[in-house]
Amino acid sequence: MGAQTNADPDELTRLIEAALEERERHGPNAKNKITIIAWDGHLDRVWPTLILSTTAAASGMEVSVFFTFWGLFALVRPERRITGKDWMTRMLSALNPGSTARAKLSRYNFAGLGPWMLGRIAKEYKTPHPTELLGLAQEMGVRLIPCQMTMDLMGLTKDDLIDGLEEPIGAATALLEMKESAIQLFI
Amino acid sequence: MSTVTTTVDARGQSCPGPLVTLHRALKEARSGDLLELLATDPGSKSDVPSWAELSGNELLEATEEQGVYRYVIRKG
Repeated sequence: MGAQTNADPDELTRLIEAALEERERHGPNAKNKITIIAWDGHLDRVWPTLILSTTAAASGMEVSVFFTFWGLFALVRPERRITGKDWMTRMLSALNPGSTARAKLSRYNFAGLGPWMLGRIAKEYKTPHPTELLGLAQEMGVRLIPCQMTMDLMGLTKDDLIDGLEEPIGAATALLEMKESAIQLFI
Repeated sequence: MSTVTTTVDARGQSCPGPLVTLHRALKEARSGDLLELLATDPGSKSDVPSWAELSGNELLEATEEQGVYRYVIRKG
């Protein structure tokens, strides 16, 4: 009995060809630029985001990183332990401490033992910590852009965030940044 | 014959250290200058050629001796 397949190879070929044609029409995203959407604030996500950002900048690429939702907490000043405009946003900030120095691991956090051990190992192998990479990124001209909506939602003010950031932007501007980039990532 | 004008010592550094250090040194250099990068990070074997392609600089030499990788780069 002929097994039913839901993917007709001819149909797939047509779809792929149509997609390639579509790409041809719009031209390749030629700008030597990378835009990263930093959505997650965990140490093990922010770390690769910053490694890629600094490496791209070192390769002469233009780099924009858009910090949204939990990712924005990575840009909170280390000394600003509690942020927020009311009890709910303050409680969220208590559960989710800001800054790369306080960022938790997405797994094996073990009440801070995981990040501490990872930090020790990284130091041994001379891999810069995200806090150091954040400074490096700024020094290298990486554009660190806060999400305006997240700031409003979480009750974060400009004073809560580290210095040297770009003006906060919205989703449409973030899309524009992505559209003109050769590489777009959501981390 | 052109000679190496700057040595960038990134021995002991790990990703993304060597490339960041190299990038800093390149900013001081002029187009056509030859720079030498010393690294111990095994990741540099693939990363330095990739970086050269991305950044438009030319990788002229890549050698290894006793765990030290040596790259000669001409600034583009």
